[in-house]
Amino acid sequence: MKKLTRRHLEELIAQGLMYLSLALVAGSLGWILFTIIQRGAPALTWDMITKTPKGGFYLGKEGGVLNAILGSLYLALGGTLLALLFSLPISLGLNMYIPRKSRWALLVRSVLDVLWGIPSIVYGAFGFTLMLAMGLRASLLAGIITLAFVELPIMVRAMDEVLRRMPRDLENASYGLGATRIETALRVVVPQMLPGLVTAVMLAFGRGIGDAASVLFTAGYTDRIPTSLMDPTASLPLAVFFQLSMPYPEVQKRAYAAALILTILVLLVSFLSRWISARLSRYSIK
Amino acid sequence: MENHIQIRNLNVRIGTTGIIRNANINIPDGQVTAILGPSGCGKTTLLRSMNRFLDLTENSKVEGEVLLDGKNIYAPGVDVTEIRRRIGLLAQRPFSLPMSIYENVAYGLRIHRINQSKNLKPIIRHYLEMAGLWEEVKKRLHDPASALSIGQQQRLCLARGLALEPEVILADEPTSALDPISAQHIEEKLQELKEKYTIVLVTHTLRQARRLADHVVFMYLGEVVEQGPAREVFENPQMERTKAYLQGSIG
Repeated sequence: MKKLTRRHLEELIAQGLMYLSLALVAGSLGWILFTIIQRGAPALTWDMITKTPKGGFYLGKEGGVLNAILGSLYLALGGTLLALLFSLPISLGLNMYIPRKSRWALLVRSVLDVLWGIPSIVYGAFGFTLMLAMGLRASLLAGIITLAFVELPIMVRAMDEVLRRMPRDLENASYGLGATRIETALRVVVPQMLPGLVTAVMLAFGRGIGDAASVLFTAGYTDRIPTSLMDPTASLPLAVFFQLSMPYPEVQKRAYAAALILTILVLLVSFLSRWISARLSRYSIK
Repeated sequence: MENHIQIRNLNVRIGTTGIIRNANINIPDGQVTAILGPSGCGKTTLLRSMNRFLDLTENSKVEGEVLLDGKNIYAPGVDVTEIRRRIGLLAQRPFSLPMSIYENVAYGLRIHRINQSKNLKPIIRHYLEMAGLWEEVKKRLHDPASALSIGQQQRLCLARGLALEPEVILADEPTSALDPISAQHIEEKLQELKEKYTIVLVTHTLRQARRLADHVVFMYLGEVVEQGPAREVFENPQMERTKAYLQGSIG
């Protein structure tokens, strides 16, 4: 038998701690998933995902949550797209246009870190004020704008961390051929770092689609499927929230079903984007 | 013989450290000029001053002039992208761009709008042949460039640089990361190319310099110690430090 030296002991303890943390996290995640599936699966009928709520009651015991499914997708896709429109230029700017360690860059990063920490209800309130100032009412558009604010700091900081790992020599290979910064950014840096950038977008999307507080005041809630940017829009997190706070078990079950749908939706979008980015990144330099 | 590049009173500082002090160098047209010297003597920095690559180094400060055909490339209003088109750089380690073999060569043509036609294949074939890579890649032009061996990638880097029809090729220890056979490939190509191009070669290997160089610049601690035709410098060095380096006692 091997002699148990101090070094071996350290190794064993470290390993033990790692397995313990893994077990704790995986266990609680599994528990959450189990709860959602156990309570939601029985209520997850075909009607749930193909119909809007029926039965005259706002939260509906019959029909489905198609309004919230589509609403959530519209809101999160719109918000993510809008955030992407600003995040990519900001993170490319931070990494390629201004000196990496300049005070300016430091300031921008700190501001983004602070923004990341702000609770989304504050963004909701901010969005509400903005909405009133713009003369909007609770609508898909207002929800998208607010979600973009929620997602922006996450997306920029995640992209920033990705772009920081861009191999300088590869970037220089492009400059050496006389490319400008924007040519290098779009034709070399973005394709090379695409998988990481997609992960950054997914992180933000996940936060956006799961967020209830920011869309509470700004997108509103409705039984109808929005047909224009100006219509109020339902969302899955709010469907869960409203239904769960009802005293009726049938309605509460539907909340778990809605949560299950939300989870599956995030999973699907995540797989889809990974698959796309894997296909697009076959040219990247290892 | 014309001097293709002339360096006048060049001083380079990075932060507060002086890297190159008062360098005056003539680089003759259509020859291989080897820049020699021990590690850290400023060879690479000197090379990077010639295509304005130092612009990319934070806190770098360049004083003096680098004249390309008599025109200062550091003059205000000079188009840096055009300078880098005219002066190609072959780096120490090959870095293929994240695209296909074909697109790697087409990249420069596209960004400089040299050739906008859809079918660049004849042109791409031409430059891949010049770099001695065509036969090995002709059946997989659309494969990722990263699938090539490192020696092949270095030749691809050469081909994509040549596609811009540069006048000068700067080569920064272009064989140091390669296996002996690939290194020999690159050396042969440089030999052929000096007919048409002015080549500036930074090298660590004295033997490589002896094989390739027509003209030699010897640097030590950021200063140019000696320069002249290769034969003269190698056979009859004038300065003590050059002698010491050539004999292997410094470096």
